[in-house]
Amino acid sequence: MSTPDELLLLHDLQVRIAGRSIVTGLDLTVRAGRITALVGESGSGKSMTALATIGLQPRSAQVSGSARLGGEELVGRSAQEMRRTRSREIGMIFQEPGQSLSPVMKVSTGFRHVLAVREGIRSRARAAARTRELLTSVGLPDPDRTAASYPHELSGGELQRVVIALALSGDPSLLIADEPTTALDVTVQRGILDLLVRLVDELEIGVLLITHDMGVVGEIADDVVVLKDGDVVETGPVRRLLAAPEAPYTQALLSAVPRLSESLERVSSTAADRPAAGGAAADRPAADGDVEGTAANSADGPGGEPAALADGPGGEPAALAAEPLVVRVESLSVEYHRRGGSHRALEDVGMEIRRGEIHGLVGESGSGKSTWGKALAGLVPAQARTLELDGVDPRTLGAAGRRAAYARVGLVFQDPASSLNPRRTVGWSIGEPLQLAGNVPRTEIARRVKHALDVVRLPASYTSRLPHELSGGQRQRVSIARALILEPALLIADEPTSALDVTIQAHVIEVLRDAIEATRFACVFISHDLAVVGSLADHVTVLRRGRAVEQGTAGEVLGDPQHEYTRALLASVPDPARRLREGDGTAA
Amino acid sequence: MIRSLQRVVRSLGVLLVVVGLTFAIFYVAPIDPALRMCGKPCSPEDLEAARGFMGFDQPWWVQLGTFLAAIFTGRTFGSADVVVECAAPCLGYSFQLHQSVTELLADRFPVSLSIALGAVALQAVLGIAAGALAARRQGGILDRVVTGVSVIAASAPAFVVGLLAVVVFALRLGILPSGGYQPFSEGPLEWARHLVLPWATLAFLNGAIYARLVRSSMIEQLGLDYVRTARATGLSERRIDGYALRNLALPLTTLIALDIGALLGGTVITERIFGQPGLGALLLDATATADLPVIVGTTLVGSLLIVLANLSADLARPLLDRRLAVGRRSSRRPSTPALPDQNPQENPS
Repeated sequence: MSTPDELLLLHDLQVRIAGRSIVTGLDLTVRAGRITALVGESGSGKSMTALATIGLQPRSAQVSGSARLGGEELVGRSAQEMRRTRSREIGMIFQEPGQSLSPVMKVSTGFRHVLAVREGIRSRARAAARTRELLTSVGLPDPDRTAASYPHELSGGELQRVVIALALSGDPSLLIADEPTTALDVTVQRGILDLLVRLVDELEIGVLLITHDMGVVGEIADDVVVLKDGDVVETGPVRRLLAAPEAPYTQALLSAVPRLSESLERVSSTAADRPAAGGAAADRPAADGDVEGTAANSADGPGGEPAALADGPGGEPAALAAEPLVVRVESLSVEYHRRGGSHRALEDVGMEIRRGEIHGLVGESGSGKSTWGKALAGLVPAQARTLELDGVDPRTLGAAGRRAAYARVGLVFQDPASSLNPRRTVGWSIGEPLQLAGNVPRTEIARRVKHALDVVRLPASYTSRLPHELSGGQRQRVSIARALILEPALLIADEPTSALDVTIQAHVIEVLRDAIEATRFACVFISHDLAVVGSLADHVTVLRRGRAVEQGTAGEVLGDPQHEYTRALLASVPDPARRLREGDGTAA
Repeated sequence: MIRSLQRVVRSLGVLLVVVGLTFAIFYVAPIDPALRMCGKPCSPEDLEAARGFMGFDQPWWVQLGTFLAAIFTGRTFGSADVVVECAAPCLGYSFQLHQSVTELLADRFPVSLSIALGAVALQAVLGIAAGALAARRQGGILDRVVTGVSVIAASAPAFVVGLLAVVVFALRLGILPSGGYQPFSEGPLEWARHLVLPWATLAFLNGAIYARLVRSSMIEQLGLDYVRTARATGLSERRIDGYALRNLALPLTTLIALDIGALLGGTVITERIFGQPGLGALLLDATATADLPVIVGTTLVGSLLIVLANLSADLARPLLDRRLAVGRRSSRRPSTPALPDQNPQENPS
C-alpha cells in the first residue's frame, strides 16, 4: 500500500460538521523531501483537512476515512494518542505568526515547555542550548536575543521563523504549514519560502503546504492538490498542473491570479497604444501654466529628497494629461504623537492624480500607505506644503466647507465584513452617506442606491439584504457602492481586495475599473500586492518607511525600477510561472 | 518610570479630593460635635468655648489645613489648663471615645486585615478554580452548576448569606463560633476558627465575580491562535490551562488588588453580623453616635487603602504583560533585507 517515502497518505478523508460535509473524500500524498500543496479558496476545507489530520478538528466535527502517517492510521485514535503523535512526528505552522505565541511569555519559556514534551529535555541549560540550535537552524541571526524576547518585540518574519523552529523540535518527519506566509510582507514571505525549501532539502522532511496563493505554489511546491468545496478538483505535479491545468476550476483559479509579468505587458501595451510620448509629458509644465510639475517630480521636498524620476520613455498618456488634477499634494508629512515620543508615519510625500486616473500606492506593512489614504480623507492631521483636493485646499476652509470638501472623497477598506453595519440592510448602508448629507428625498436616495448597485453589478433586489447574507466579494462591492454614492472626485481604496479570494479579487478589480471608466473619478489604490497594482494602476508610488522611494508611471516603476527597494519588492513577488519559465523546477 | 511617577501623583490627587469631600461632611451634616461635647445645659458661651477647643471656630480652609498638617506633625487641642494631645499621624480626635482616631483605627485594623486577606485568598482560589473548570467543561453539568451558583451568589445580599451561615454552622451544627474576634497572637487556630464564617461568606459572595470573569475569559483564551499552536506542538492540556491563566493574570491581579483594598477598609455588614470589631464596625458605630472625626478618619483610611491597591495594581501591569511596558520598545523590525534607506534619490538613469 504505502511505499517507504510516502509520509502522509490521506485516503477518502471526510469531515462533517453538524451533518454538513466540509471535506468530501480527499486523497493526498506527502512524500519525504517534497512539498505537497493543498490549494483552495476560503471555505474549500483545506484548513479543516490539516486540523483533522493532526486531530485538532473542532469537537463537533466527525472525521472518517483514512489518514496514515508513516503507515500508521491516525483516524480514530484517542486524544491522548494524537497528542503524542503531534509531539513526536508532526510539526505545524500557522498563518498568523503574531498570534501563534502566548503574548505574556518569553520565546525561551515556550521552547522550554515544548522541548520537555517533544524531546524530553528537562534541564534548563540543555533546553537553552537546543533552543539556540533550533533558532539558528531557521536562519535567525541572533538566537539569544530572539530567545530572550517577548513575541511583541519580534517582527512578523522573525516570529514565523520562531514558530517554524518550534515545529522542527523533536525532528518530525512531516511539517504541515497552513498559509505560512499569508500574513507577511512579500520580502519577508520570500525568506520564509526559501527557508521551507532549504529545510525540505536538508532534513528530508515532507511538507504539506496549505495555501490559497498560486504564486506560492508555483514557487516552492512539488505536487499540487486543488480543492474546491471539500472536493479534490485536480491533482498532479506542479509543472504539469500549472502549465496545462485540466480542470476548468484550476484554469479559472490560475487565470484569476494577477501576475506581474502580465501586468507589465498591459502597462507597456497601453503606453504604446496611446499616442503618448515622454517629450509631451516633459513639455507639459511649460505649456500648462497651472501645473507646477509632474506627479513624479512634485514629490521633491524642500529639504531635498527628490523622489526619483524624471519622465522616462513611455511616460504619461496624453489622454490623461488633459484631465484636471483632482489631487495635488506636495511634501506631506504625518506625525503620530504617542506618550514618550512621536513617530513620523509619512515624510515629505507628494502626489498628483488626474481625473480618471488610478494611482497605485505600494508598500509593506508600516510603510505609511494607509496613513496616506487617511491623510487625503482628512482623517489624520497632516502637514503639507500644498494640499488640494479638486482644486481647493480644505485647510483654508471653515468646518462646514471642510466637511463638504472631504465628502468628495470616498473610502473603501480592506475588510468588508467589519466595515458594514451588520444590522442594517445593504440599501440602508449604501444610502447612509446621502441621508447624512441631508435634503435628499427618499425616492431620490432609492434611485441612486439602485444606480450604485448597478455600477458594482449587483441586482437591485440586494437593497433589502443584510451583510451576512452576502459573500465577501459582494460585501466589498457594496462597500464600493457606498463609497461611490456621493459621486466622489476621489476614491481611496485601502487594500480593497486583500481579504478576498483570487477569483473574487479579479472580479472586484474589474468592477472598480469599470466604475472608473464610467464615472471618471480619481482613485488611490493602496495595496501590498505589486501584481494587483500593476494590473490596475496608471501611476505607481512605492512607499518605504514613510518615504516615497520611487514614483512614476506603472510602466516605469514596475518595468524599469530604479530604486533597489522596488527591485527587491518586484523580485519577491511570488509568480506561479517563474519556475516554469526558468525551467529549474524539480517536479517530475 | 515617568509613567509610574505620574500614577503616584495622580493617586495623591485623588486622596486630596477624598479628604476635601469627607471634610465637607463637617459642614453639610446637621450635627455639631461641639454641641455634644458641651453638655447640658449648654450656654452659648460654653458652646463657643467647645468650638474653640475643637478648632471649629476657624474658617473651613484653616481647619482643612490644620487637619492635613496634623497628619504629619500631630496636633494639640485646647490650650492652657485642659489639653488633649493627638500624636503624629493625627487623623482627628474622638471627643466621645476620648481617643485619637489613629489609635482607634490601629486597634481595629488587624481585624479587618485578617478578614480581608483570608477572604480574598479564599475567593480568588475558589473563584478561579471554579471558573477554569467551568470553561473546560463548557455546557456540561459542572459548568451549569458554577454558572447557576455564581448568579445566586452575585445577587444574594450579604446579610442573608451571613445570617444563614450563622444559623446553619454556628447555631444548628455548632461547629463554628458565631462571632467574635480572637487576636492572632493568642493562637492561630482560634483566630482562624473565628474567622472561617466571615471568610466563607465573603468568598462566596465575591468569588462569583472571579468565577464568571475566569470562565468567560478562559473560553476566549482557549479559542486563540496561540492555544492552537501549543496544542499542535503536543503540549498537555494542563500546560495549556496554565498558558491561558497566565494570560488572565492581568485582569485577575487588578480584581484581587481592588478587593483587598475594599475589604481592608472594612466590611460593614459582614463585620456586624459576625461581631468582628473591624473598621467597618467602627464606622457603623461612629455613624450611630454621630462621631464625626471617626467617620472622617475611617472614610479617609478606607479610601487610602483602595487608592493604594489601585496604584499597586497599576504599577504591576507592565510586569505582568510586557506589551504594556512603554519606553521599552526595543529595536524592532531590523529584519527586512538590508537596503540603502538613506539615498532614495539616487537615480542612475
